[in-house]
Amino acid sequence: MSAVTGMATGGKSAAAARPDRARAGRARAGAARRAAAVMAAVAVTGCAATGDAGTDGETLTVFAAASLTEPFTALGREFEAARPGVRVRFGFGGSSTLARQITEGAPADVFAAASPATMAQVTRAGDAAGTPRTFARNRLVIAVPKDDPGRVRDVRDLARPGLKVVLCAAPVPCGAAAEKALGAAGVSVAPVSREQDVKAVLAKVRMGEADAGLVYRSDVKAAASQVAGIEFAASARAVNDYPIVRTANAPEAALADGFLGLVLSARGRDVLARAGFEVP
Amino acid sequence: MRGLDARVAVRRGTFALDLPLAVAPGEVVALLGPNGAGKSTALRALAGLVPTAGGHLVLDGTDLAPLPPERRRVGMVFQDYLLFPHLSALDNVAFGPRCQGMRRRAARRLAAEWLDRVGLAGHGAARPRELSGGQAQRVALARALAAAPGLLLLDEPLAALDARTRLDVRAALRRHLAGFAGAALLVTHDPLDAMVLADRLVVVEDGRLVQEGVPADVARRPRTDYVARLVGLNLYRGRARRGKDGAGTVAIADGGSLDTVDSPEGEVFLAFSPASVGLYRTRPDGSPRNIWRTRVDAVERHGDRVRVRLSGPPFAAVAEVTPAAVAELDLSEGRPIWAAVKATETHVYPA
Amino acid sequence: MNGTRVRPPLILMVPAMAGLAFLVLPLAGLLVRAPWSTLGTRLAEPHVLEALRLSLVTATLATGLCLLLGVPLAWTLARVPFRGVRLVRALVTVPLVLPPVVGGVALLLVLGRRGLVGGRLDAAFGITLPFTTAGVVLAEAFVAMPFLVISVEGALRAADHRYEEAAATLGAGRWTVFLRVTLPLVAPGIAAGSVLCWARALGEFGATITFAGSFPGRTQTMPLAVYLALETDPQAAIVLSLILLAVAVLVLAALRGRWTGTS
Repeated sequence: MSAVTGMATGGKSAAAARPDRARAGRARAGAARRAAAVMAAVAVTGCAATGDAGTDGETLTVFAAASLTEPFTALGREFEAARPGVRVRFGFGGSSTLARQITEGAPADVFAAASPATMAQVTRAGDAAGTPRTFARNRLVIAVPKDDPGRVRDVRDLARPGLKVVLCAAPVPCGAAAEKALGAAGVSVAPVSREQDVKAVLAKVRMGEADAGLVYRSDVKAAASQVAGIEFAASARAVNDYPIVRTANAPEAALADGFLGLVLSARGRDVLARAGFEVP
Repeated sequence: MRGLDARVAVRRGTFALDLPLAVAPGEVVALLGPNGAGKSTALRALAGLVPTAGGHLVLDGTDLAPLPPERRRVGMVFQDYLLFPHLSALDNVAFGPRCQGMRRRAARRLAAEWLDRVGLAGHGAARPRELSGGQAQRVALARALAAAPGLLLLDEPLAALDARTRLDVRAALRRHLAGFAGAALLVTHDPLDAMVLADRLVVVEDGRLVQEGVPADVARRPRTDYVARLVGLNLYRGRARRGKDGAGTVAIADGGSLDTVDSPEGEVFLAFSPASVGLYRTRPDGSPRNIWRTRVDAVERHGDRVRVRLSGPPFAAVAEVTPAAVAELDLSEGRPIWAAVKATETHVYPA
Repeated sequence: MNGTRVRPPLILMVPAMAGLAFLVLPLAGLLVRAPWSTLGTRLAEPHVLEALRLSLVTATLATGLCLLLGVPLAWTLARVPFRGVRLVRALVTVPLVLPPVVGGVALLLVLGRRGLVGGRLDAAFGITLPFTTAGVVLAEAFVAMPFLVISVEGALRAADHRYEEAAATLGAGRWTVFLRVTLPLVAPGIAAGSVLCWARALGEFGATITFAGSFPGRTQTMPLAVYLALETDPQAAIVLSLILLAVAVLVLAALRGRWTGTS
């Protein structure tokens, strides 16, 4: 159903520009399609003949929450290795930014969000193919610079006056989760800044400008050389579910499904777990 | 010693200015010279706007050399006036007194007096761009004088004015300079301005003093070609020899000779006015005079007179005739002609 | 055939029109999509007013800082002959071409809590600049000052320095000359430079979010608010953008005489 909606407004995605893939193309006159198919075939055989895997144009585009940067990059490399000639391109960023880009027609095949709320922006707009599936969970930890200038031991320390705490802005998933977790811990924090996404929070901690920040455990893992993570019990009350879905207008629908499969597979769960995620 | 006593020395690349200058209080000296002679440079050096190289600058007993411009008490009227465009005429004039620490109201009162003195009583509120050239010149003068300088410098004060305004402004400037108690030094390349305004002329060429004296003397006895041209005389340098009847003959350095009356001996200058030169198609005869055959080089009209430039040999000269004579003699470039000057019209003085 | 004399060639007119459309259409889009019916209430929302107030205050303070430091710098560049003046001038213009985010990072490295200077400030006086309104002012001044310096230096070069000589012969010391002659002479250049500087400061985003972070009422200026609002409430983002657009139009109007006029 959502796919049909997507096709009706197909002009906003790259689907219409790829008659060999777009199902909407069936309605069109056959001549152009046949010509395109022939050209695609020539391109494929040409590639096979020269052994050049870079030019045959099968590129999977994945939009994913910034916190997924490390595990998804690794999985992308494995995906490419398993399918010669396929390239995976990632757009990492704040989940809500990515969601907005998708609803405005950005040509993504897969969307992996850091929260069901941001995923809902995409499903509500009819830009998701099928129901999103939760593939990982992340919980917040307190990130402090390695030398811990603020001497943070516990979540209650975050309320200490003069301590420079940085959080995500309320509208982005990590910000919402932070408010929830701090609320559950009964700690009231006066942050010095509310950043646009979790990587910006991490950057402020990494540079030592902030004494502490609430980031995902996976983020601390990725920056383990400069940042230490402090777990706190209340974060269990604000665990983030990470949903993933193929977009309705996915130019590379088959590849998208393949990548979803990899993420949800045992191998995918393993990579995610090693990156600090909890896997269902 | 009061007044200015200076030897202005400035070096700029290959150009060197080295000019002795003395101006007494109340005296007006005009610095005359061709373009690039160093006149304006001399003024700027006196004002402290260009560095000097040696020499000395003493004003009313004070050594100016180590002082910055603002502490020299040297006022300057610039060629294009340089009235501050953002200030009214009154505030322009009040600028100097204000800088010397006078209170605003007192300075403005003094400025108003000065504007009144230069005949601009009603123009105090005007912006410089609303003033005519002559008015701006007078404001500039008032501005310089209101600062009570010991030495007043005027750089081509009339050059930017049209001919008619110039006459009026010159007369007014003469009055104000006459009333100024300090030393005044003005730069001009207009001999008439210099004669009218100055008590004494100092002629500079190529950074050096070449002639100095009261205007009448300089006008009568030029000592360089530049001064001769300026005052409109034919000038030659030569060696004089006294003849048997007291008259003399000057052998001109460039060739030829001219008879004179009442001549000294030795190295002399010989001058005569272009108006005293007669031109003839055939050789004239009669009273004792110098007659030489020459050739018309150029014919130029100057008002109601015509200047005829005569080329050598034996020597170049300028004759001044009426337009009627030009027609009668059929003067045109290249025409051979006879020229004559009475011995009594020549003026000889030691070199 | 007649009347074709002044017709411009099509090969120029087509891209010219396309270029015009490219510049104007996005702004038109902003106007078309604006929630006009609720504009009044949205403008009056506390967080909008807060961001607006913060933007106006910081941009003005940044402009003041730029004037304080930039005018003497411009004067030095224009009037003091020294070796390497061209290099210094080039350095002054670097923030013009530098991505503002890079500027923000550079500011952190110098003025941050662990920065070369910031570290000492913190140790000696307990002053830290990131996450403060002062930090916003610094970030804005960093990216905006070149506009002021270039504008004022140009005015100083164009001004006839002999006015300063005239003032000196009237007894004015250097400081008096600067205050009473030089500054008034280049006042139009300073005004134009200030307006440009202020407008640039008002629109500053990258250096601000990098150096000063984002916190409503303290460091979250209009552009930061626009960016955040885009995530949650695009309509609010449009409203905030409209305000910035209106300010930009006002700035252009203020500069019209100077940049397009012949006076």
